[in-house]
Amino acid sequence: MSGREYMLGNVAIARGIVEGAVDVVSGYPGTPSSEIVDTLASMKERDFYIEWSVNEKVAMEVAAGASMAGARSVVTMKHVGLNVAADPLMTLAYMGVKGGMVIIVADDPSCHSSQNEQDSRRYSVFSQIPCLEPSTSQQAKDMIPYAFELSEKYEIPVIFRSTTRISHGKSDIELAPIKQKKNEVKFEKNPDRWVMVPKNARVRHPHLLSIQQDIRGELEVSGWNELSIEAESTVGIIACGTAAVYAKEALDRLGITASFLKIGTYPIPEDSVRQLLAKTEQVIVIEELEPVIEDQCKVIARDVEFETEIFGKTDGLLPRTGEFNVDICIGGIAKAFGIDSCECKPAKQDMELPVRPPAMCAGCSHRGTFHVMKKVFGEDTVFPSDIGCYTLGIQHGTVDTTLCMGASISVASGIYDAGEEKPICCTIGDSTFFHTGINSLMNAIYNKSDITVLILDNRITAMTGHQPNPGMGKTATREPTVEVAFDKLCSAMGAEFVEVVDPYDMAATEDVLERAKAHEGVSVVIAKRACVISAARGGIRYTPFMVDTDLCKGCRKCLKFGCPAIEFDEVSKKASINSMCSGCGLCAEICTFNAIMEVKK
Amino acid sequence: MTSDLSNFDLVIAGVGGQGAVKVSDIIGKAAVSEGMDVRAAETHGMAQRGGSVVNYVRLGCELGSLIPCGSAHGMLSLEPVEAMRYIHDVAKDGIVVMNTSPIYPITVTSGQCTYPDPQEIVARLEKDYRVVAFDAVALARQAGNMKTLNVVMLGAISSYLPIPVDTLVECIRNMVPPKTIGTNLEAFRLGRETTRQ
Ligand SMILES: Cc1ncc(C[n+]2csc(CCOP(=O)(O)OP(=O)(O)O)c2C)c(N)n1
Ligand code: SF4
Ligand code: SF4
Repeated sequence: MSGREYMLGNVAIARGIVEGAVDVVSGYPGTPSSEIVDTLASMKERDFYIEWSVNEKVAMEVAAGASMAGARSVVTMKHVGLNVAADPLMTLAYMGVKGGMVIIVADDPSCHSSQNEQDSRRYSVFSQIPCLEPSTSQQAKDMIPYAFELSEKYEIPVIFRSTTRISHGKSDIELAPIKQKKNEVKFEKNPDRWVMVPKNARVRHPHLLSIQQDIRGELEVSGWNELSIEAESTVGIIACGTAAVYAKEALDRLGITASFLKIGTYPIPEDSVRQLLAKTEQVIVIEELEPVIEDQCKVIARDVEFETEIFGKTDGLLPRTGEFNVDICIGGIAKAFGIDSCECKPAKQDMELPVRPPAMCAGCSHRGTFHVMKKVFGEDTVFPSDIGCYTLGIQHGTVDTTLCMGASISVASGIYDAGEEKPICCTIGDSTFFHTGINSLMNAIYNKSDITVLILDNRITAMTGHQPNPGMGKTATREPTVEVAFDKLCSAMGAEFVEVVDPYDMAATEDVLERAKAHEGVSVVIAKRACVISAARGGIRYTPFMVDTDLCKGCRKCLKFGCPAIEFDEVSKKASINSMCSGCGLCAEICTFNAIMEVKK
Repeated sequence: MTSDLSNFDLVIAGVGGQGAVKVSDIIGKAAVSEGMDVRAAETHGMAQRGGSVVNYVRLGCELGSLIPCGSAHGMLSLEPVEAMRYIHDVAKDGIVVMNTSPIYPITVTSGQCTYPDPQEIVARLEKDYRVVAFDAVALARQAGNMKTLNVVMLGAISSYLPIPVDTLVECIRNMVPPKTIGTNLEAFRLGRETTRQ
């Protein structure tokens, strides 16, 4: 494969990984990063190892181990995953690597699919691990082989920061040949390097500091930073990531020229910053989220006593939240340089539009579980929950808390420990349980919480695009493997009430939940039923359902269930079922008048 | 206002599951095979579960994938309310090709919100834009499969895109499941007829 292809940013990144002759790839799914491993795992042939790990800390350590042995490794995650992996990250900076190691982190400015919008570049500054940041998908692909080289040269991992617009943007990509020669793999014993006891850590910390200037110098001339000085202009722009591309378009639309420094590396190219400041009177720094570059530019300006005014977000000209676009850049540039702009404000929309929030799919087993849970526990119960498709249960009143992955059970414990007298029933998905829920459950059992834990085992990691997990007996490449048994695992941790139930069977689920509620101590219920989307992909089809309009009394009970396949005809005052029905049959169990039945073939 | 930084900026609006990504994919691939630079932005993740989705495709553009406010040359909307939701991205007098058959969100079926009259939406849009509105569900059904709604719509917008129709047809052939090529090409043809003078 070579030439020019139209592809998704994450597919381009995956291609860059292959071009760079990787040996080991690990990751944990998370939007907008997941398609990188998805793409590599679905290749028909590959000459490297790949896995979905159980969480980001584990993934990071797997990649680190591979690189200690001399292999080239990549680990992928979304921004919040780096918090989970922060422990190995911080010490890996001291320890360093042997084979090139690239940590791919995808940030999500505007929280399109995330619980926060933290800026991963802060981790680069914090850990002193260099970071590369592309402005386009083409650069994203091209940077990966370079990142391996840089990592091997300085024996330090390299962070690669993407954002939603790079990862989920599509563009034409020029492909490069695949590097043929692989690293030699051999773990060499060297306790001074690989054992971070205090004695060795005290040596490695100054070493880490000592290589910073060399790395900065190398990155300065690496070609990932681009400086262009406009001799005629007194203003300048410093920008990074996709914001640099928006800023270029903004200048064009404003019809002004300015000196321009595009930054693609951290540590930032200080010499280029100095050159730009020397040639300008006013500069605006355009970067999404945190003022990482802005703060450093201000320090540089102060050190060299430049008079250049530096604008950005600390003065409020640009927002510190949300993703940028051309219009935001136009507004910021115009304000900074005192020019008139025909800033586009969306015309006031006087037509009231119905909101369209995402909803669980028609036939989603979570909806059935939530319905019965609400019936058994009633409104007067605390429902801590977690992160996954089931978080959409917020619309049904069954999600009272969502903090971070795995927190449902521990938050439930904390609420109980605080002395809350209401019953507490928390929900957590199968992938989330493996990720960080196991620790929380062990803690709850050990510390004698009196809570019910409902594991929503839909046999897949659905929210992020249906990746396999340890509960389903398939690896990332869909090879068969052992299937971790939830019930045995929970029993082994000491849970005395553990039951498995099919949420499509509402009566059975109700019975189990009644008993779980009555049980004193931690009760665990595993609601096991495959996600309808992945079931359908696997060829499982159920017969759809219909409403018999003669029997329907128009009571709307089925509508309250919230399945997107159920509609109501305001003229005939009857319910109906549309083509989205996937045949779970749950609404038929709910209907008091037996008006809902399978479509007869 | 449109600009010369891009040859054609298109907004594709719809509901998760309607196949908006597929449409932008076919257009993007076709444009690249014609030698154009293409930038596109897609909605993935959370919003796909039946939520409102908007994709941007910029043909002959080397900049970012997000279309500046009020400057798109055209819009393709697979659903009436979604046309209204993102219309501010389109330049005055831009072309708007929309399906008039609604998908009611859960907020409407559950009675929290009301759904406006699609004809009223068309009337509003006609004040500022060149609008082609029709029932694409009916045409998809005529083509033989409701799921080809997105390709019907692609056919309709194809009359305005700077891409030869044969290239688009070739891309459809290559990008839909082999068994459905006939239905999809028929859907494309029916859609294109709505906009061909
Ligand atoms: C630390 C962290 N890593 C990854 C994610 C992305 N993420 C959101 S939900 C989810 C898993 C959902 O799977 P599961 O618990 O099985 O629930 P389902 O979506 O299948 O219902 C992941 C990985 C995240 N939010 N936080
Ligand atoms: S993808 Fe699966 S788990 Fe997620 S809402 Fe749809 S059916 Fe439920
Ligand atoms: S059977 Fe009922 S609840 Fe299940 S998908 Fe069909 S309409 Fe929805």
